[in-house]
Amino acid sequence: MNSTLFCQYLFAGLTYGIIYAIVAIGFNIIYNTTGIINFAQGEFVMLGGMIAISLHAHMPLLPAIVLAVLLTMAIGGLIEIFFIRWLQSPSVLRMIIITIGLSILTREAALHIWGSSVRSLPYFIGNEITSIKVFSSRVSPQVFLVVGVCSVMVAALSLFFKYSSLGREMRACAANRRAAILCGINPRNMVTLSFMLSAGIGAVAGCVMSPITYSQYDMGPSLAIKGFTVAILGGLGNSMAAVAAGLLLGIIESFSISVLPLAFQDAIATSILLLILFVRPHGLFGSSAAARLKDF
Amino acid sequence: MDSARRYIPVAALLAAVVAVQVATALTGTAYYLTQLTMAAYYSLVVIGLCVLMGYAGQISLGHAGFFAIGGYLAAGLTTHNLAGLKNHALVEFLARSGLLLSRQDSYGATLLTVQPWVACIIAVLTAGSIAFAIGGPVLKLKGHYLAMATLGFGIIIFRIVLGSAYFGEADGISGVPGFRLLPGLEVSGDFGARIQNYYIAWGLLAIGLTLLLNLIHSRVGRALRAIHGAEEAAGAMGVDSARYKLYIFVLSAVFAATAGVFVTHYNGGIGPSEAGVMKSVRYVAIVAVGGMANLWGALLMGIVLNVLSLRGVFGTYDDAVFGSILITIMLFAPQGILRLGLGRRLRVLFARERK
Repeated sequence: MNSTLFCQYLFAGLTYGIIYAIVAIGFNIIYNTTGIINFAQGEFVMLGGMIAISLHAHMPLLPAIVLAVLLTMAIGGLIEIFFIRWLQSPSVLRMIIITIGLSILTREAALHIWGSSVRSLPYFIGNEITSIKVFSSRVSPQVFLVVGVCSVMVAALSLFFKYSSLGREMRACAANRRAAILCGINPRNMVTLSFMLSAGIGAVAGCVMSPITYSQYDMGPSLAIKGFTVAILGGLGNSMAAVAAGLLLGIIESFSISVLPLAFQDAIATSILLLILFVRPHGLFGSSAAARLKDF
Repeated sequence: MDSARRYIPVAALLAAVVAVQVATALTGTAYYLTQLTMAAYYSLVVIGLCVLMGYAGQISLGHAGFFAIGGYLAAGLTTHNLAGLKNHALVEFLARSGLLLSRQDSYGATLLTVQPWVACIIAVLTAGSIAFAIGGPVLKLKGHYLAMATLGFGIIIFRIVLGSAYFGEADGISGVPGFRLLPGLEVSGDFGARIQNYYIAWGLLAIGLTLLLNLIHSRVGRALRAIHGAEEAAGAMGVDSARYKLYIFVLSAVFAATAGVFVTHYNGGIGPSEAGVMKSVRYVAIVAVGGMANLWGALLMGIVLNVLSLRGVFGTYDDAVFGSILITIMLFAPQGILRLGLGRRLRVLFARERK
């Protein structure tokens, strides 16, 4: 493999990897406040991209994206209010089935609204053939935009959870729900907020990736399974580790193309998922001593 | 006495099966038999999954994978021509042991393929062995981890059948020959064999159902319910929960694979959609609607929903209907619609009216 090809694979891996990391962080935000894995996480990414594409027909790019993100956040919040908020301590099996059902319904609704055709937003800067020379390979500026926007989002989220009072309240609910209630925090609102937040970051990722990877109604499940793989690799609930794990998975996947047929690419992420679940369900970076106290 | 009473519903089911066939013959609506046959096979998957989910308490989002292993192996082995490899030692050995079938294709060329019953045994054994191999580590997981692991297994199988030339990639495998069970009794999509196939499918379902009913009323069944209730407590009473869970996982995989083999021979082919994640979700949906730990409920819902879906009643909203069913049942009736106590409520309603 020459250095040009190496760079191309590396940048492709980084682009996909950071997207997987965002989906994984979306899982983590909801998991931390509720203990639920939201199987509809991939659908938020799809919705963000699709809504932005539809809105872009009527308005410039930036307002279309902002509006799409806000709309997706509203949808995320409404889903929580209608389907999850009023359940009294539901079992895990029940929550799994409900979120799977939600993911199917969202996907089917998208199919009936937008059809099965592949769509995309235009490139934010330049067009398909604009490129920047990095070492010996040429890379689209959109790649830098994806990596940049996602990195900023990760940094902003960690600042939000660390320093803002709202972020601290959300963490308090995750750490000890009853103690949080005693401090005057309404955990139900925090759960709604966590759904909105994870829908929002998913939608942003869906918009910035759309020019490169395209948007389609059924892109959700494969993103969700990869996002979950990344979340597990990093240790469920640990968002910083999810970024490292996301980049790792993205790079493994993109280099795998040089060895295996493209048709098996999705099977690689899934095999890694099974492997990590069997061997280290607490993740690559988690401590095994702490893991012994948890149920997997 | 008790065991005899258990067979009364099965006998009633068989009587209903015969009654339906006679009714379709009398009213000239024999075309319903095709969907009823398919529904019976899919219900075989559902009742297997029902024991795993409802009684052993383990979710599986990968049962379409086991169905596909059964169907695809049966299809691949009975359609791929071995005539070119005639002089290969293994093929020669198989041919001499009578495990191969020589027939003519529509162009008159000689086709040398594996006998359907040999293919069936290989397919079911493979599915069982794979379930046994992955069951150990998979069933150690709980909740979300278990759901994702089984989902991942289903996706891998889907990708393999979609990506390998042997399994026909996106086209699937067609031209699968009939499966002769006994002389004069053949699983095939032949128009003339429709009634015969209807009875084969329902016979197989009745056998599977009897097996499972006996299982859940046995020592194993009691152990399973104990595991479902409280795994630690069951363990303290000396129930080897890991072994029982694995046992049921393999059993339900064998049920799914068997159904896969029969459906493939009945349809004369199989496509990658049979291995898709939506299929697995659909089986889970039917078990949930039936009320999880309720074999008869799962069976009833399996037949009703599959017949409706196969007749195209839901049109392009097929998947959406199953999604809505899942959500509605889980939100409002997590015990299944048969446990809502509708009969009691109706009686109360009528009692009030009389006053």
